[in-house]
Amino acid sequence: MKAAKFKYIRPSSLDEAINLLSDFGEEARILAGGQSLLPTLNMRLSQPKVLIDINRLDELQGISHEGKHIRIGALTRHVDIAESDLITENIPLISEAIEYVAHVAVRNRGTFGGSVALADPAAEMPACTLALQGTLVVEGPNGRRQIRADDFFHDLYETARAPEEILVEVQLPIRRSGESFAFMELSRRKGDYAMAGLACKATFQDNRFLSVRLVYFGTELKPTLGENVMSQLEGREWSETLAEKVIASLEDDLDPVDNLQGSAAMKLHLQKVLTKRTLAEVVQRLGNV
Amino acid sequence: MKSKGAITPLDRQHSYVGRNLSRDKAKRAVNGRGRYTDDITLPRTVHAAFVRSPYAHAMITDIDVDIAKAEEGVVLVMTGAELKELCTGPWVGTLSVFPTMKTAPQYPMAVDRACWQGEPVVMVVANSRAAAEDAAELVSITYKELPVVAHKETALEKNSNLVHPDLKDNLAYEKVIDTGDVGEAFAGADHVVEATFDFGRHTAVSLEPRAILASFEKDTEELTIYTSSQTPHMFQAIIARTLGLPEHKCRVVAPFVGGSFGLKIHSFGDEFAATAASLKLGRPVKFIADRLESFLTDIHARENTVTGKMAVSSQGKIEALEIDILSGVGAYSQYPRTSVFEANQILNITGGPYKHQNYKARMRVAYMNKVPTSQYRAVGHPIGNSVGEALVDLAAEKIGMDPVEIRRRNIMEDNSYPRTTASGIEVADMSHQKCLETLVERMKYDDLVQERNSLRAEGIFRGIGIAAFIKGTAPGPAGYYGAGGAPIASQDAATVKIEPSGNIICAVGVTDQGQGVDTVMQQITAGAVGVLPEMVRVIEGDTDATPYGGGTYASRATAIGGEATYQAALALRAELLRLAGALLQREPETLDIIDGNVVDLGTENIRMPLAEIGRIGHFQVAELPNDIQPQLSHTKRFRLNDALYIFTNGIHGAYVEVDCDTGFITLLKQWVVEDCGRVINPILADEQVRGGSVQGIGGALYEHCIYDDQAQLLNGSLIDYLVPMASEMPDIDVAHVQTHTGVSELGSKGVGESGTGASPAVVMNAVNDAISPFEAKVTVQPMTPDVLLKALNRI
Ligand SMILES: Cc1cc2nc3c(=O)[nH]c(=O)nc-3n(C[C@H](O)[C@H](O)[C@H](O)COP(=O)(O)OP(=O)(O)OC[C@H]3O[C@@H](n4cnc5c(N)ncnc54)[C@H](O)[C@@H]3O)c2cc1C
Repeated sequence: MKAAKFKYIRPSSLDEAINLLSDFGEEARILAGGQSLLPTLNMRLSQPKVLIDINRLDELQGISHEGKHIRIGALTRHVDIAESDLITENIPLISEAIEYVAHVAVRNRGTFGGSVALADPAAEMPACTLALQGTLVVEGPNGRRQIRADDFFHDLYETARAPEEILVEVQLPIRRSGESFAFMELSRRKGDYAMAGLACKATFQDNRFLSVRLVYFGTELKPTLGENVMSQLEGREWSETLAEKVIASLEDDLDPVDNLQGSAAMKLHLQKVLTKRTLAEVVQRLGNV
Repeated sequence: MKSKGAITPLDRQHSYVGRNLSRDKAKRAVNGRGRYTDDITLPRTVHAAFVRSPYAHAMITDIDVDIAKAEEGVVLVMTGAELKELCTGPWVGTLSVFPTMKTAPQYPMAVDRACWQGEPVVMVVANSRAAAEDAAELVSITYKELPVVAHKETALEKNSNLVHPDLKDNLAYEKVIDTGDVGEAFAGADHVVEATFDFGRHTAVSLEPRAILASFEKDTEELTIYTSSQTPHMFQAIIARTLGLPEHKCRVVAPFVGGSFGLKIHSFGDEFAATAASLKLGRPVKFIADRLESFLTDIHARENTVTGKMAVSSQGKIEALEIDILSGVGAYSQYPRTSVFEANQILNITGGPYKHQNYKARMRVAYMNKVPTSQYRAVGHPIGNSVGEALVDLAAEKIGMDPVEIRRRNIMEDNSYPRTTASGIEVADMSHQKCLETLVERMKYDDLVQERNSLRAEGIFRGIGIAAFIKGTAPGPAGYYGAGGAPIASQDAATVKIEPSGNIICAVGVTDQGQGVDTVMQQITAGAVGVLPEMVRVIEGDTDATPYGGGTYASRATAIGGEATYQAALALRAELLRLAGALLQREPETLDIIDGNVVDLGTENIRMPLAEIGRIGHFQVAELPNDIQPQLSHTKRFRLNDALYIFTNGIHGAYVEVDCDTGFITLLKQWVVEDCGRVINPILADEQVRGGSVQGIGGALYEHCIYDDQAQLLNGSLIDYLVPMASEMPDIDVAHVQTHTGVSELGSKGVGESGTGASPAVVMNAVNDAISPFEAKVTVQPMTPDVLLKALNRI
């Protein structure tokens, strides 16, 4: 199918882009890598009147080390994340997870910012951003503001970003000693969106969980914290029995939806399996930190 | 008929048959220079888009096209009723070989009732596809929804909704065969095993979608069609009949074709509508199905439920087999090949490798408000083999016998042909025993069993699968199409001619879709005439340039078209030797042709290049005696006689691992040993088997057209409809046993479907072996994690 007619504008500064967004309001859509947006246009699932191409905005580029966090410009392509030493060394969860994002051709164009802004419930980067307690920086007509990842993901494709705001960058905290990460997902084929997935960050003291963050994706309407499981793990020493015990309470954290990949029951089951495996992995990795 | 073992020109040292020649076209395709239908641009081309029924069943009560017509760039808007007026009559998708079969007549676009979601209702033709789609959105159609038949399980019940009230019920066709005494065999059996198998609907997903560019010249009343087709002559016949055109003024060209798998041997309404638009406008009209349209409107296949039962003795002798097939097809029987063929093949081939004499099978085919189903690679075989081979494994399990051993005891012996299967089909020149032993050797079966057992103790669940098969290839004239009445040639033809340069042109009725049919014909021609392969150019896919033929389907290209080519090439060779004899004043019998030169037989001393004969034969005929009239061009045809098919056989092995907590299956390795008779090009034959196996794996694990209760397709994109991808595919080891068929001199049988036909069976058997420690069984395809976890009682 061919997209319906639209007006195409390519601003050359962030200010110009924001002005365009406020001028056109709901009629406009930001075009980043286009890997999610263009298929929906071609299928005529959405028919925006205006596309604002942000690909030439320098303000949105680059990966840099800034104090206690790594700044990832919204336009950073998936491929550049995968190849960044800065990320491998400082936010290993991201470099582990990025391998699961789509296929080479899609990774060459798709952007980190596009992925987080879109907030697909089965996407890896939003889940990792939440697991890492990152900060999202958006800019709109009223200026710049920072949004904690915990406050960003509202519902299916709904985020705290206002329509006239652009996601400029994401700040992710640099790993600290005592932290361990693990990432697992199940997809039918390499590169597919997750059927079920889990991003985990844990800190330990004297072999006990000091804190754990478990972010589930692929089964809920948005990346979701496993708060019940997390609270039961805190302060405890790892054992398989503990894992068995806590995963029962995953039912209080998750409310999967049936979809083409399978039933809600299957999804809950898979997340339980992943929880056990991920916790075992994160503990084992701690020994190697 | 040839006497077996005789040396033919193809077996000679200088023959190019049996060698790995690379495909010329492959390089072109890889460089992005292939020319597909959509790459062809003619002056004044306009583009068609379709408004399709959003409902699976609805009356069309009103159509308003005024706004659409007025849109900029729009040149034509046509409704189904208007198109009907341009047709000579409806299509009726029945064949006389299925005597009691019934179907509703259909037109290329819905006339006043839409019977499946995606059925074309209005065509819009405009200066660009985008403009046509814009205008299509402005067509306003009022529908009145009708009750939908969405499930085959209830379609045949007395009070079911009806797809076509005129037909009185939804039963398309029912057939029973009953050989021997099944009742007694089951009553007296040591053991009986039984299971019900369910197969999801899937579709071909060719990389290049359906495509047509139709160009009608009003002044000469000549129609030229470029289309992504496997069967140009069939297309010519049907387009001429449907639109009332003289056949000889319709030229059909199939340029590069990007995959087809049976999809492109049918007639699709939108393609006929686009052609009708060209007739009306006198302009070229292009229609390229997009991916969503492909999922909605390409033929589907495989939706069947089969209950099967096998009787076995304690010594492992299969005593009887009984199956009951419920086949769920679409709203119409697909014209011109029908939609009952699939179930009929299941009935023909289930249990086909084995010697049992008692067989009962019933097939019932039910219409539903879904897109029509029809022939897709290895028609029916993936289902029949899955059922038959799963039952054999169940029987083996019941009596505690190894799956290889039970097959060894029951397969037909290699020295027992010709013979008839329990289903009544005649088979010959088969090699089940040789294939089985070769497979066991290549798999290192005993080591594999040991490895599986020791890993099981560690909680790693691996499984080994075995699946033997027979495959009907190269259908004959007594069968479905010739005798059945469809305008499809079951014989095929080749013209082989020498040019003044001494080079050879070979024009064939069979066609290439990327599998290398042209390379195979090039090798046969080179081998038979005695020239270098680069001296041969093959022409296919053009009704103006090739002799009349059936095209490529049902693994027939090499078996039928190859023999025609061989005979035409031999005829040319004989003439060339006669001409050389006259020119050299020698007996033709003392001469030979090697690598493009006439040589002395035996010593191979070069006497004259073929270029010399080409020059004299075309330009300097005076140098030849007056009583010699050079022909230089030879056309031969080849037909089968009474045979329904040339049946082939083979066997698959698989090794898989199942993660019993997640239900995920990892394919570790697959082996195929098959017998396609003479192999012309080993690498092409291997890749047919590999690609075909992968396609079978697709059906076994991933592919599924998912419909809801209103018969709405829920997964019309490649994000949601999963095709097999390279990362998940196993290494596939391929070997060929070459038992030449006695029906031709070439000796080749079909190879294109031997992978697909049994791959789902072997994967399912391997999975069931892997999960056997849990006493679980999977009988549903695709075997998704959901299916596995349910079978394992984990959810
Ligand atoms: C075949 C295929 C497989 C895929 N598999 C995966 C996968 O496994 N995992 C995964 O995570 N993704 C997957 N994707 C999606 C891919 O990662 C996308 O690139 C990504 O989700 C969106 O990024 P983009 O730059 O392409 O955004 P676009 O498509 O350009 O935009 C997506 C949406 O985000 C908005 N947007 C983009 N940038 C900004 C910004 N800076 N500020 C505000 N709004 C913005 C756009 O307006 C639009 O609504 C897949 C895509 C394809 C085609």
